[in-house]
Amino acid sequence: MTMTDRQQLSYIASQAADARLNVELETEGMTLNIGPQHPATHGTLRIICRLDGEQVIWAEPVAGYMHRGYEKLTEVRTFPQVTSLVNRIDWLGSFANEVPFILAAEKLMEIEAPPRAQVIRTILFELSRIANVSLFLGDLGVQMGAITPVFLAFRDREYVLNLIEGATGGRFHPNFDRIGGLKDDLPKGWIDETRTVVKKLMDFCDTIEDLLFGNEIFQSRMRGIGIIPADIAKDYGLSGANLRASGVDWDLRRDQDLPMAWDKADWKVWTHPDGDSWARCWIRLQETRESCKIVEQLLDQIPAGPIMTKVPRIIKVPEGEAWVSTENPLGEMGYYVVSKGGLGPFRVKIRSASFNNISIVPWALKGVYVPDIITILASLYFILGDIDR
Amino acid sequence: MAPLSDDTVTQDGDAAAQAALPGDGLREGIVDALRAAIGEGLVDTHLSPNDDLWVRVSTDAWRATGEALKAAGFTYFCFLSAIDWMPSPYGTGEVDPDDGPLEIDPTIVQGVTGGETRMQVFARVTDISRHVGVTIKADVPDPAEGTSPVMDSWSSLYAGANWHERECHEMFGIGFNGHPDLRNMYLPTEFEGFPLRKDFPLLARMVKPWPGIVDVEPMPEVEEEAPAADAEVATEGDAS
Repeated sequence: MTMTDRQQLSYIASQAADARLNVELETEGMTLNIGPQHPATHGTLRIICRLDGEQVIWAEPVAGYMHRGYEKLTEVRTFPQVTSLVNRIDWLGSFANEVPFILAAEKLMEIEAPPRAQVIRTILFELSRIANVSLFLGDLGVQMGAITPVFLAFRDREYVLNLIEGATGGRFHPNFDRIGGLKDDLPKGWIDETRTVVKKLMDFCDTIEDLLFGNEIFQSRMRGIGIIPADIAKDYGLSGANLRASGVDWDLRRDQDLPMAWDKADWKVWTHPDGDSWARCWIRLQETRESCKIVEQLLDQIPAGPIMTKVPRIIKVPEGEAWVSTENPLGEMGYYVVSKGGLGPFRVKIRSASFNNISIVPWALKGVYVPDIITILASLYFILGDIDR
Repeated sequence: MAPLSDDTVTQDGDAAAQAALPGDGLREGIVDALRAAIGEGLVDTHLSPNDDLWVRVSTDAWRATGEALKAAGFTYFCFLSAIDWMPSPYGTGEVDPDDGPLEIDPTIVQGVTGGETRMQVFARVTDISRHVGVTIKADVPDPAEGTSPVMDSWSSLYAGANWHERECHEMFGIGFNGHPDLRNMYLPTEFEGFPLRKDFPLLARMVKPWPGIVDVEPMPEVEEEAPAADAEVATEGDAS
């Protein structure tokens, strides 16, 4: 594998860190605790770092401050009740969490949502991605001491949350997806409203690109920092923008066959060859734009028809096992659902994106300097609820 | 309980549609390649054409399977976890405890691709260039009384398996040979028991049964009598 100069530098730095750990030359180390309460941790994640001077020689994330045991709880819920639990896994993009679970249940029941429901699902899915990632883009500035972008992000995310609230009744936890379709149809005027909001969000992306991505300080703190090569990324199971930023062209919206409407829109999967913090942020910026495009196009092609297929009043899911994963705002989110033919699942394995994305932290932080810890963590982008479940 | 209406999709129709599908050469090829690599270690496979693939391997072949799949291009590690196939002795919490003692059939029935032991580990890896994933299962030998079951670790094979095995060890009490550090991720170190095992009671449900039992009013009689005419679709609970 050929390495770019940046990758080589980062490799040398990590080797040097290893060497320092092993030989007697080691200076007296210092242990630095980051978190559990830290703005860069989006919740309560603690990172223990051993430092040698300004350099990290060993880092270990400590998760589990927010473990809620959803896998156990699903075993005492009925299938329709599970959506209200999984809403709370990635709380910034809640609707996207419901979709793969519902799709898995539908797969086991061998039913499919009607076309109208599929398109509306996809629109809401992409709106929750926009809500989620726009906050990430704003938050990036805060990690580096710039306060303005986060206010812009909160202002513009509000429009999206209002839309989600308008359609589903819930701002953060819509609980709107049902086995066989959706709870309700869209309210009157929602489509026009969405068109204006999507335009606002496109403007927001442009503003952020000017404000942040064009900023010299931002660039110097992001470029060449925290490089993750493609093979390492796949080994750790990184997904979503983190994987695509390492040059792997893999997007579950495009690369698998699901009863959703992504194939009805014309959009692009962005990748970046560098694999550094900059690339990860840049990919997310582009993805927000692509999401806006998807929403814009799908608004024009919502078919008429029912929003719910016929399902029995009391839902019993036939015996079987199904795995469905989708490309959520944070990466690959999947459910392995085992049903024994009862009212509730027998076992649900929740594969959340952040869990894998953060497991690379001990590798990625080795050899970096203290201020870069924050930017690397920020660029990996995790939600605590998505790690701990 | 309302019977299914006539126009609900039945399983038979779909099974016929599946039989008509052409064979899935891609996934069959994967099975053949795996059989060539691990031979007797491949116990059972289940192929859902153009959809998904399950393989079950023997306990001893667990690590060799990972190596063979990684060499075959399955370089993306998705997840690793375990299933406890024992039916929960506490039921699912949906039955009103006033109705008398729970009747639970203790027979252990393993799911897709079968199995012989109470616990199974399963993992999923994906081949990104061929757009195909495979779920691998393996039996975890039932341990002698007082010891915990042990499997080979994948952590030196797929780096991402490290955390997944830690979680699995904590939640199911399955040890992993060769894992560098099986500390708890979520629970306090002194915690006793393995929460995701079926015989671990969910205390919140023990203390207070599912409120739905008492809260939801019984369905009106009229609806019970004429379910076929009722085209309205079900939403959860319907209590409000």
